[in-house]
Amino acid sequence: MTGQDLSLTLLPQETHMGDAIIEVRNLSHAYGDVLAVDTIRFSVDRGEIFAFLGPNGAGKSTVINVLITLLAIQAGEVRIAGHDVRTAPDMVRRSIGIVFQEVTLDRDMTVWEILEFHGRLYNLPRQERRRRIDELLGLVELEEKRDARTKELSGGMKRRLEIARGLMTRPQVLFLDEPTIGLDPQTRIRMWEYLREVNRAGTTIFLTTHYMDEADHLSNRISIIDHGRIIVTGTPLALKNGLGEDVMYVETSDTAGTEDVLGSLAYVRDVRQKRNGTVFTVTEDGTRVLPAIMDAIRSRGIAVTAVNLKKPSMDDVFVHYTGRDLRDEGAQKWGAGRGRSR
Amino acid sequence: MNVGFATVYWRDMLRFFRFKTLLVSSLVQPALWMAFFGVAMSSNFDRLSARFTPGAGIEQIGYLTFMGAGVIAMTTLFTSLFGGVVILFDKNWGLMREIFASPLPRTHIVLGIGLSGVTKAWIQSIIIMVFGLILGVRFFSGYTGVETAIAVLGILAFVGTFALGFLFLSATIAVSMESPEGLQGIITLLTLPIFFTSNALYPTTAFPPFLQALAVANPLTHLINGIRYFAIGSSFSAIGIEFVYTPQIILASYLVLLGFCVGMFLLSRWAFNRAVVT
Repeated sequence: MTGQDLSLTLLPQETHMGDAIIEVRNLSHAYGDVLAVDTIRFSVDRGEIFAFLGPNGAGKSTVINVLITLLAIQAGEVRIAGHDVRTAPDMVRRSIGIVFQEVTLDRDMTVWEILEFHGRLYNLPRQERRRRIDELLGLVELEEKRDARTKELSGGMKRRLEIARGLMTRPQVLFLDEPTIGLDPQTRIRMWEYLREVNRAGTTIFLTTHYMDEADHLSNRISIIDHGRIIVTGTPLALKNGLGEDVMYVETSDTAGTEDVLGSLAYVRDVRQKRNGTVFTVTEDGTRVLPAIMDAIRSRGIAVTAVNLKKPSMDDVFVHYTGRDLRDEGAQKWGAGRGRSR
Repeated sequence: MNVGFATVYWRDMLRFFRFKTLLVSSLVQPALWMAFFGVAMSSNFDRLSARFTPGAGIEQIGYLTFMGAGVIAMTTLFTSLFGGVVILFDKNWGLMREIFASPLPRTHIVLGIGLSGVTKAWIQSIIIMVFGLILGVRFFSGYTGVETAIAVLGILAFVGTFALGFLFLSATIAVSMESPEGLQGIITLLTLPIFFTSNALYPTTAFPPFLQALAVANPLTHLINGIRYFAIGSSFSAIGIEFVYTPQIILASYLVLLGFCVGMFLLSRWAFNRAVVT
C-alpha cells in the first residue's frame, strides 16, 4: 500500500452511470411506535465505497440489518445485486458478505475453523473453500495465526479475520457495520487500507460509521443520516465544497491595502487581521476563486508572500446539515457503555 | 441434498471435544450417579426386596440393574435439555447472526444441534452401560453376542429419538429466551417433574392416579421402558413388583417418543422461523 494508492481512491467519483448494485426506495422501519427509518432512498453503484454517516441511534444499523436480510423489510423496496430482499432473500444472502458491528467470532475456534465453518455454511465445495482460506489469510496477513484460537487475537486481527470471513463467498457487496469501532488509530488506518484493497479487487463496499474521518477518507460517497432520514448525499469533497465556507489566509506586503481589496469582493466575508496576515471566509469554492483573489491583490501592486486555504472538515459538514455536533453525542452514548445502536 | 446441518453438527462436536473439562465432567457425572446413588440405594432396596419371592420363572433383578436404565435415561434427559444452551450463547454473543444471515435453512440449525446432542447422549449411554457392567449391573445377562448387539442398538434407538425430541425443545426455549439465567430456571423447572414422575428410580404402579397419568404421558417413562426391555428382558421382577413388557407395549412406547420428537421438531421450526436476531 503506497501513498499513491491512497490518493487514487480519494478521487471523487462523480459519474453515475446507473449501474446500481444496491437500490433502496422509500424504506421505512418502525420498532413499535418508534419510526427508526423514515422513507429512505439511495443507491450504490458497483465498485463504490459508500458510507452511511450518522450518530448512534440515527437508524444506520436498522438499514443495514434490513439490507442484509436479518430484519424483515416492513415498507419500501430494496434490491441487492438485482435481487429483492422480500422475495429472494437467499439470493441476496449469496451475493453479500457481512462484517457485524460487534465481534462475532467463536472465541474457542481457530482462525482456520472460523473460515472453514463460514465456507461450509454457504455450501462452498471443499477444494474451493480451502483455496480461498489460504488466499484470504494472505490478504489479511493472518497466515501465522491459522491455528490460533480467536480469543488469542488482538482487536485488529479479529477485525481482519472478520473481513476475510465476509469475503469467503466472493461477495459482490461487502457490508460493514462500524468496521473500526474500538480499534486504535494505527489499526484503523491499516483497516482502511485493507478495505481499499478489497474494493480495488472489485468488491463494492457499504459501511456505516459515526466517525467523520472514516467517512471522509475511506468513502467515495457519503449519505449523512440523522433521525432515520438521509439529509444529504455526495462525495466527501462535494459535501465539503458545498458548504461554500472555505477559510483563507494571506500574508502580503500591505495589510491595509489587502483588506481594502478583499472588502470589494462580493464573495468574501469576515475579514480579520492577524499578526502577520489576513484571515477571511469565502462563500464560493475556494479553490476556484483563489486565483481571482490573488490577481485582485496583485493588481494593486501588493505582493503576496504566503497563502493558505482550509476546506471545511466533515465535522463542519455534519454540523451544517444537522445543526449538531456528532462527536459530542457519540462520546456521550459510547461513554455510557457498549450499547448496540440501531 | 442440502447437508447444512452437518456444518452446525461439526462445529458443535468440535466444541464438545475442545472443552476438556466439559467433556470429562459430562462423562464422569453419570458414572458418579451409578457409583454413589446406585450403590447406596441398591444396598437398601435389595435388603427390602429380599423378602419378596417372585413368581415361578420370573427373574428377580437387583436394584442397581433396575436403576441402571434410569440413570441412562436421566443423563440423556439432562444432557438433551441443556443441549440447546449453545444457541442462547450464540445468540447473545452475536454468533447466531452469521448463521441467520447465511442461506442455511433455519431448520438445519436445529437438526445440527439435535444430531450433535444425540451423539453426546449415545457416547454417555455407552459409557454408563460399560461402567454399570463393571459395578455389577446385570444388563444383557444370558444374551448371545448378536442379541447383545441388537439390544444395544435398540437402546440407542430409544435414547436417540428421546434425546432428539428434548434437544428440539431445548433449542426452542433457547432461541426464544434472552438470558441464560431464565433458561436455566425453565430447564430446572422442567427436569424435576419429568424425572420424578417417571419410572427411573421406582415403579409407577403405586402412584396416585394423577401422578400415574403424568407418568404415562411422560416421555422419560417410555424411554426407560425401552431400555429395560432391551437391557433386562421382557419380564422380570424388581423391588417386589413384576414387570412385563410385550413387544406391543415397547412399540407403543417408541411411537410415543417418535411422536414427541416430531412434535418438538415442528415447534422448533416454528420458533426458529419467527426468531429475529440483530
